[in-house]
Amino acid sequence: MKNKVLYTINKSELDKLIGILQRDGYRVVGPTVRDGAITYEEIESVRQLPIGWTDSQSPGRYRLNRRNDDHLFGYVVGPHSLKKFFFPPKQRLFGIKRDGESGYIFEAHQPDPPRYAFLGVRACDLAAVGVQDRVFKQTMAEPYYAKARNDALFIAVNCTEPGGTCFCGSMGTGPRCSEGFDLALTELRTTFTVEVGTNKGRQLIEALEHETTDANTSHLVDLLMDNAAEHMGRTLDTEDLPDILLKNLSHDHWNEVAKRCMSCSNCTFACPTCFCSNVEDSTDLSGNHAERWRTWGSCFTLEFSYHTGGYSRSTPAARYRQWLTHKLANWHEQFGTSGCVGCGRCITWCPVGIDITKEATTIANDVKRSRANQEAKRLEEVGS
Amino acid sequence: MAENKKPKLAVYKFSSCDGCQLSILDLEDELLALTGAVEISFFLEARRKVQPGPYDIGLVEGSISTPEEAERIVQVRKECRHLVTIGACATSGGIQALKNWADVEEYKRIVYASPRYISTLDTASPVAAYVLVDFELRGCPVNKYQLVEVITALIAGRRPQIPTSPVCLECKRAGNICVMVAEGTPCLGPITQAGCGALCPTYGRGCYACFGPAESAAAEALCVHCEKSGTSKPAIVRMLRSFNGYLEPFKQVGDKYERQTVNN
Repeated sequence: MKNKVLYTINKSELDKLIGILQRDGYRVVGPTVRDGAITYEEIESVRQLPIGWTDSQSPGRYRLNRRNDDHLFGYVVGPHSLKKFFFPPKQRLFGIKRDGESGYIFEAHQPDPPRYAFLGVRACDLAAVGVQDRVFKQTMAEPYYAKARNDALFIAVNCTEPGGTCFCGSMGTGPRCSEGFDLALTELRTTFTVEVGTNKGRQLIEALEHETTDANTSHLVDLLMDNAAEHMGRTLDTEDLPDILLKNLSHDHWNEVAKRCMSCSNCTFACPTCFCSNVEDSTDLSGNHAERWRTWGSCFTLEFSYHTGGYSRSTPAARYRQWLTHKLANWHEQFGTSGCVGCGRCITWCPVGIDITKEATTIANDVKRSRANQEAKRLEEVGS
Repeated sequence: MAENKKPKLAVYKFSSCDGCQLSILDLEDELLALTGAVEISFFLEARRKVQPGPYDIGLVEGSISTPEEAERIVQVRKECRHLVTIGACATSGGIQALKNWADVEEYKRIVYASPRYISTLDTASPVAAYVLVDFELRGCPVNKYQLVEVITALIAGRRPQIPTSPVCLECKRAGNICVMVAEGTPCLGPITQAGCGALCPTYGRGCYACFGPAESAAAEALCVHCEKSGTSKPAIVRMLRSFNGYLEPFKQVGDKYERQTVNN
């Protein structure tokens, strides 16, 4: 948002900020280099940030490269979103023990989530948390999620250099952080400008050495944001998209994608908004203990649509269509928002590089073309 | 529960390396619970004492690759209420099924000084090619915890919780960085059944498909992508023909790539 009051801090203040957060009992999570990628991990100091690194991303491909400067946040989003912190991939829900001949003891498993302070998260990450809030806080009341989420603090970073698979500009979620943050930084050469989003954020900035950003620098930040918005790696025209997709469930292109799609589920797990899970009960050899576990599930597995009578989505085409139409169309009806935030993770982390923007656009363009042809034909008939 | 009321377990070996049987002995923390839950009645690798059948649960390791084995498996089936095959050999023919693509007579001549003493079938086959199998537990070797799960489920009379989805689900849940995407390493994880806990990718290597094809494994889609990314056709054939190469769709796609190699 333009014309907001910005503050400027020196880059050296960031370590102080991490120290304050730790002192306040936060577990600080930030980007760091691990196994050839930039992931969100617990960090203790600025030194663990990917200083001087950048990423190059394209469908099915991710590589780290050196930058020719020592920027702290000179890359975009990595394979992991914040999802794993609020909605863990594997969670025990409860246990049951036999008690005597006919009784049972029920043990609810409700661990206290850590208080997370997220450093360096991007506008698409924040938007994704907003989307998951609608699922886990508003539609269902998921206690672990709600607690972890309500206690969390977000120190976001505006993206000035979008990546090859980014399309937050099309989804209206970035590149500038507009909501959901306590502080939002923009990285310049030796300083950060800081926008304050909450009272907690204000307390933090007041604890740091700061000054009000001058008009020229504010203008520079606006220019950087405009420039980023114009350099998205990908675009997606969302106009009429839900309607087009839902009215073309038998389009040939679903089968064309299915020839490439491996139904491997990577897109759903990389996606920061996909929220499906499996619930599994287990017993032990003695037959005296049972547990219920919840794990991340995916609509790309056969099991997902298994019910009495078989699988309702037995073909890869049906499964890909389910995922894409849910994400870009049905989500609107279900949660009042798109399920896609344009982070591009499903494109980069698809092992065979299937591109949601390309597949949706192929169908949309084809449908628009044939609709236009029909309209032209109709007008011709009316005219004659 | 009185000792004699416990379900009786039998463990059999056919053509195999014994690694899956060793997985049972490797159950250090669970072994006491296992012996508490079942009577190990026949398990030559672990116990000299043999109790007569019939048995409630029979675990079969190994492929059927000799005429003698083809007869013996029928007897094994008869003496077991539930027959569970364990490991790649018993569920797919295993690594020795590579001979299914070769001339066995020629192999005999090359390998053995007196080939006339060798009695072998032309193929190494999964047990299910000969008798009805109640459950197939994949892996080279099997995952010992999955093995406990199958035995537990059979005792409890419920369905074993053994996923048929790809390794990728386990890999992503573990927080691993995809080796295909981040390093360009060919990985069979997307088409291989989960169960190992994504062991190889966790250590930065591509998956070798020890657990065989996953449900609706898109072997061709993966191979087309690997080829585009620089893996040669012969390398793709070798990739598919390893522990579980004789199972579909690995066999069909491997054969297709081999034909293309020959034609080129």
